[in-house]
Amino acid sequence: MIESAATFAFACFALAMLMNLWKVVTAPDVADRILALDTMFINAIALMVLYGMALGTEIFFEAAMIIAMLGFVSTVAYARFILRGNIIE
Amino acid sequence: METLFEFLVAAFLVTAGIFGIVGSYGLIKLNDQMSRLHAPTKATTLGVGGVLLASMLHAAAFEKYFSYHELMITLFLFLTAPITANFIAKVHIHRQETRATMPEAGGDDHWATHDTPEDEERRHAEQTPPAED
Repeated sequence: MIESAATFAFACFALAMLMNLWKVVTAPDVADRILALDTMFINAIALMVLYGMALGTEIFFEAAMIIAMLGFVSTVAYARFILRGNIIE
Repeated sequence: METLFEFLVAAFLVTAGIFGIVGSYGLIKLNDQMSRLHAPTKATTLGVGGVLLASMLHAAAFEKYFSYHELMITLFLFLTAPITANFIAKVHIHRQETRATMPEAGGDDHWATHDTPEDEERRHAEQTPPAED
């Protein structure tokens, strides 16, 4: 039961990442592109935690935590660059 | 007991997958930029929360260790999602809206996102008294 549920979740998040990639390529404005990249980061965290669960190891949680922090910092840096033309003033 | 935990983990995983795909589909489907902001920030965060809960339950019930890393990731995501949403909304205001299309800014005559260096100089000149020769 868990195997089929995990396969379903893998498929859902993989499809979600493909849709985000499509949005990154075809977005009309830069705000949409930042949003799609941020969503991609979140979906990557979900995929990573799922993979760690499937393998039964704890190793991937550190990676997921680092990806979460990188995603937040890069999104804020990008938005700040658009807003102020500078990241650290 | 084993079957109950198995059912719970599977239910969390399926719900999380559905929420994740709904969030990303909303990002493509919705028409307005500010409506598009809703889909990933709410649905996808909930989806990741479901995966993390399922992972915690799985570790506690089947791998025989209690794992609290997931709680940290969940907490971090739930704290940072509103901040990123706020920043993206500010980018939208900065690029798509003008001073005329924005609602009233209360005591000031415009919102801080639309502030220009000229406005800043004018305010600075108003606040500091003119130097005496």
